[in-house]
Amino acid sequence: MKITVPMDSAAKAVGADEVVQALLAAAKDKGIEVEITRTGTRGMIWLEPLVEVEIDGLRHGFGPATPEDAAAILDGNSDKALGPVEALDWMKRQTRLTFARVGVIDPLSLDDYKAHGGLAGLKRAVSMTGQEITDEVKASGLRGRGGAGFPTGIKWQTVHDAEEPQKYIVCNADEGDSGTFADRMIMEGDPFTLIEGMTIAGLGVGATKGYVYLRSEYPDAINVMRKAVDIAHKAGVLGADVLGSGRAFDMEIRMGAGAYVCGEETSLLNSLEGKRGVVRAKPPLPALEGFLGRPTVVNNVISLATVPVIFEKGAQYYADFGLGRSRGTVTLQIAGNVARGGLFETAFGIGLDEVVNDLGGGTLSGRPVKAVQIGGPLGSYLPVSKFDAKLGYEELDSQGGLLGHAGMVVFDDTANMLGMARFAMEFCAVESCGKCTPCRIGAVRGVETIDRIAQGDMDALPLLADLCETMKDGSLCALGGFTPLPVMSAVTHFPDEFSNAKEAAE
Amino acid sequence: MPSPEATIDSVEIDRIISSHIDLEGPLLPILHALQDAFGFLPSQAHAPIAEALNISRAELHGVISFYHDFHNAPKGRHVLKICRAEACQSVGGTALAENTLAKLGLDWHGTTADGAVTVEPVYCLGLCACAPAVMIGDKVIGRVDATRMDTIISEASA
Repeated sequence: MKITVPMDSAAKAVGADEVVQALLAAAKDKGIEVEITRTGTRGMIWLEPLVEVEIDGLRHGFGPATPEDAAAILDGNSDKALGPVEALDWMKRQTRLTFARVGVIDPLSLDDYKAHGGLAGLKRAVSMTGQEITDEVKASGLRGRGGAGFPTGIKWQTVHDAEEPQKYIVCNADEGDSGTFADRMIMEGDPFTLIEGMTIAGLGVGATKGYVYLRSEYPDAINVMRKAVDIAHKAGVLGADVLGSGRAFDMEIRMGAGAYVCGEETSLLNSLEGKRGVVRAKPPLPALEGFLGRPTVVNNVISLATVPVIFEKGAQYYADFGLGRSRGTVTLQIAGNVARGGLFETAFGIGLDEVVNDLGGGTLSGRPVKAVQIGGPLGSYLPVSKFDAKLGYEELDSQGGLLGHAGMVVFDDTANMLGMARFAMEFCAVESCGKCTPCRIGAVRGVETIDRIAQGDMDALPLLADLCETMKDGSLCALGGFTPLPVMSAVTHFPDEFSNAKEAAE
Repeated sequence: MPSPEATIDSVEIDRIISSHIDLEGPLLPILHALQDAFGFLPSQAHAPIAEALNISRAELHGVISFYHDFHNAPKGRHVLKICRAEACQSVGGTALAENTLAKLGLDWHGTTADGAVTVEPVYCLGLCACAPAVMIGDKVIGRVDATRMDTIISEASA
């Protein structure tokens, strides 16, 4: 009997390991031979732990499974039966390009990876010149999935054109935004796709060395990535002679040390060099003077992990999905107070209402939805009246939102928006690198100013708006520059909670 | 009780430094390895690191103090990290954290009197679709409620 159970940390966090133990024990009791493979997660986190049993060549799901369900799952009479997993609504409605293999394969089996289309992109790329590779990425329309949305191919071109003997590919895996977990999911569920993407980037721009800067809060992802790099090295995917092409590319996994600001690319580079993670002024661009002052591509995990499928299926295939200038797919992470949370990959352009109310099924608490914060702690709170917004970089921007890394956190009507605005300032104060004054001092003053508003001091409201303006215009990076977004969106969309803060509290 | 500093093996410090020195940007890997080995960053390591990397001790202090992960004194036997970020807040994370701290009689970063548990804030564990989330040691736990938290703490205190 072939069974798969995720080893993704979200699945483990809700008891996947215990379910595996129970399945093994129950199988022993019954004298049934079982073969349990640990996979990534399909992304349906509300169904985790999701046990899949192969029946007539189709994988049938059982979830959310508990250890007590084990015997019934083996007997085929469990009331947690969901039918074939691929036929579930959540799976059928997706366009899984970047996440095609996640939840399907054994993350650390290179053979499994190859059997599901892995390395096809790299095999094609090794026969292309650096310029051809860069052109292919440009044609795909891929934009930075970390939040900034900068065209990936243009960045690669700058590094490609820089003449230096040593260039680098740095993968930004410092996924610190609340509500986001796509990077973690792909690193734990399909690590070879990131390795393949980084290798193609290296061949494209002429870089022979890559680093993944991975946050220390993700011990499982670090573990899987390190093992995968080792396997790729032994198999000749990485090393002095990538797939026998005569071209070299190697990579290392580096662990962060718990600083949110290191998700900002220049701060990340300083940290990687062993310095304080303070932000660097731009220019010079990291593409020209990045890691150790050398030309460096800094790309997000999802950007790099999407490169293999672009080379496997062709740039045009990828570009044919999407809306406006947002091409390809977006990996939505639906989180917070939501009935059905998880990862949903689809073409850009899906509506916010469909995501929250249809896919997400509304709140977990069953109370009315009040707001959604999109794009992490530096993204806007959007009220229900903005739910007709379409999810694309420009489309959301026009609604005062920020797509960012496409994480969305749902709040029900008990959410205290003044409290959330205060938290945004507090978080900025805790995590500020301290280099620029608007962020370092502004965030502290922001907390104080919001506390005054909470005490009923209405003169502090225009002061808060003014402070936010200064932070937005005067900060060196997105931390100070975008903290005003959640703050002012809360003020704008929920004005009563600020003007009546004192009465509400009493 | 001997001070933790007294048990630090300088040979081990030198071994850790020399095994990472050839990396590009070796400082963070060295600090992580030292902390793994000793449970904290012993002050005896400062001079040899500064010497090996040709940086001043002030620069080294600047780096160590910048990052939340690094600490100069031992913590409790178990470090419980409770997520304070937005997704966990949306499902009661704030109350969970406050009640836990109150129950243990601690503030953030505090350690229980028996040295069993240190409670730290963390900003996102990537478990935002199964929040509220905590991490104890390297083990992550999602959908934590008051009962679950009691179990976690009593297991850690045992």
